[in-house]
Amino acid sequence: MQLTKEQQAILNGEKGETIAKVMRTLVQYGEVFGAEKMVPVTGDYGHLVLSFGLTFLGPVFDLYQKLIDEGCLSGQKFTCDPRPYDKNVPQSLIQKAVAKFVFGKQSRYEKQLSQLGLLDEDSYTCTCYLDEIGNTPKAGDVLSWAESSAVVYANSVLGARCNRNSGIIELFGSIAGFVPYFGLLTDEGRKADWIVELKTTKCPDAQILGSAIGMKVMEDVPYVKGLDRYLGTELTDEAKTYLKDFGAATASNGAVGLYHIDRLTPEAKAQGEALIKEGANVYVIDDAELERVKNGYPCVWKNKDAAPKLCFLGCPHMTLQQLKDWTDKIEAALKEAGNEKVLIPTVFTTSTGVMKEFEKTPYAARLKRAGVIVSYICPLMFMDNPLWQGQPVITSSNKLRTYTTARFYSNDEILRIITKEGK
Amino acid sequence: MKEFKGRVIAKGALTAEAVVTKQGFNTLASMQMMFIQSKTKCVDQSNPDLYKKLLQGKALCLPQTIGSTTGGMFLYSAVKSGKAPACLLFAKEIDSLAAAGAVLADVWSDDAKMPTIDKLGDEFLDYVQDGDKITVKEDGTVIVER
Repeated sequence: MQLTKEQQAILNGEKGETIAKVMRTLVQYGEVFGAEKMVPVTGDYGHLVLSFGLTFLGPVFDLYQKLIDEGCLSGQKFTCDPRPYDKNVPQSLIQKAVAKFVFGKQSRYEKQLSQLGLLDEDSYTCTCYLDEIGNTPKAGDVLSWAESSAVVYANSVLGARCNRNSGIIELFGSIAGFVPYFGLLTDEGRKADWIVELKTTKCPDAQILGSAIGMKVMEDVPYVKGLDRYLGTELTDEAKTYLKDFGAATASNGAVGLYHIDRLTPEAKAQGEALIKEGANVYVIDDAELERVKNGYPCVWKNKDAAPKLCFLGCPHMTLQQLKDWTDKIEAALKEAGNEKVLIPTVFTTSTGVMKEFEKTPYAARLKRAGVIVSYICPLMFMDNPLWQGQPVITSSNKLRTYTTARFYSNDEILRIITKEGK
Repeated sequence: MKEFKGRVIAKGALTAEAVVTKQGFNTLASMQMMFIQSKTKCVDQSNPDLYKKLLQGKALCLPQTIGSTTGGMFLYSAVKSGKAPACLLFAKEIDSLAAAGAVLADVWSDDAKMPTIDKLGDEFLDYVQDGDKITVKEDGTVIVER
């Protein structure tokens, strides 16, 4: 890799041993992928994936303390994934006690985040790119982010440029101020390896479509044709919300860091099929294929016939409009069923920024009356408590399904279960 | 016995027993319970190749890793805590998350390492089976015996 004089001096240890190791990590990491140079991080803010003080991750917190002690702090402010714990989310006393042990380093870690460069106390969310939070990169910005759902959104919907960085690596990029130039930062790396031809009879569930594509293309770049029939050709709030959930499923069920939607996402609009590599593979998706994918999800509950104890929606965090839409849907479904409140403890997760806006609307009181709890947590990390393993939790998030023992249902099925059936 | 040659991402020599997945290895989904397990076992319900199998101390043979960007961080912590696979052997080019884990362990750990080799080829993954004896050499040679 060709380094500038300044970069070489850092690598040589002229600015201290710890920053030299940060540099060595970035160089060695970049060289694995043939990076020939470093490029400046041009986005205003970073975003970190690690938001939880998981006891086991002691080696990470020790490393971060070393950075702080040596003054190796982030050169840009950053947002961070959601916290793992909220006393308002229902769980037993013993589950609470275990959570305190599992996330025993939370206080220490949050202090470290403040020292390293956390933007503010409202910065804990996986949807940092929403208006209510304000970490919204511009097209062409080079980012040093982690969090798979945020990276794929920034690349695909906003047209920013970011690799699927791991936790720690993303902080190192924000400390150094530059990142190795390879993969999704390059024009060539943003070309599509796959054409996905959508031939469904209705707009597919974003979570299942994303899952199908992720599992098929793994870390490749797909170019999706036919989705504009349902989403239109403008990035409306509705389309962006769909793509938020779709992208999270592609990134968690596979390893997609960038997708193009024909006639809709910025690079597909600008370059069209010129984005598709010669000899690209083709994946045709119809109703039967989506059904096959959904039916393939295993259920690993200890008792497969158990009535659900908890329902989570909002992984990634819900938008303001999603909260409003679900309020309407739940109220109508409860009324139809003759019920006043949801039949299963139900938690909607969203950012504190969106929560504050939601509280200003009449919807907040209506949703509360329906028995739904709104929380700022990461449901995925919440369920990282061993006592939630195999427990009957349901969700319409394919990301949550992938990382926990939660059982997946479509949004329509979830609505029916929590308002009418109770099981 | 068969011999394969790949690219060295993190150098090391060892012998270990193979555990094999033909599908992408979701690091977070697989290893998130390692902190309460006496030895790290796979808890990824979506990976029938590995679900409930021992990972710690094994030669993990895989196409690539997938999923959460916590992946590299989890691998780094696993190496530092002695809970990691003995080595990672990739049939394809390594992905950015696993590469981060391997490089972080290489640069920031003096005592614990996780040799990592990629580009061993699809034939490697077609051939290797659970329980095979794997010998890894520092030059990226991988010998599979059964």
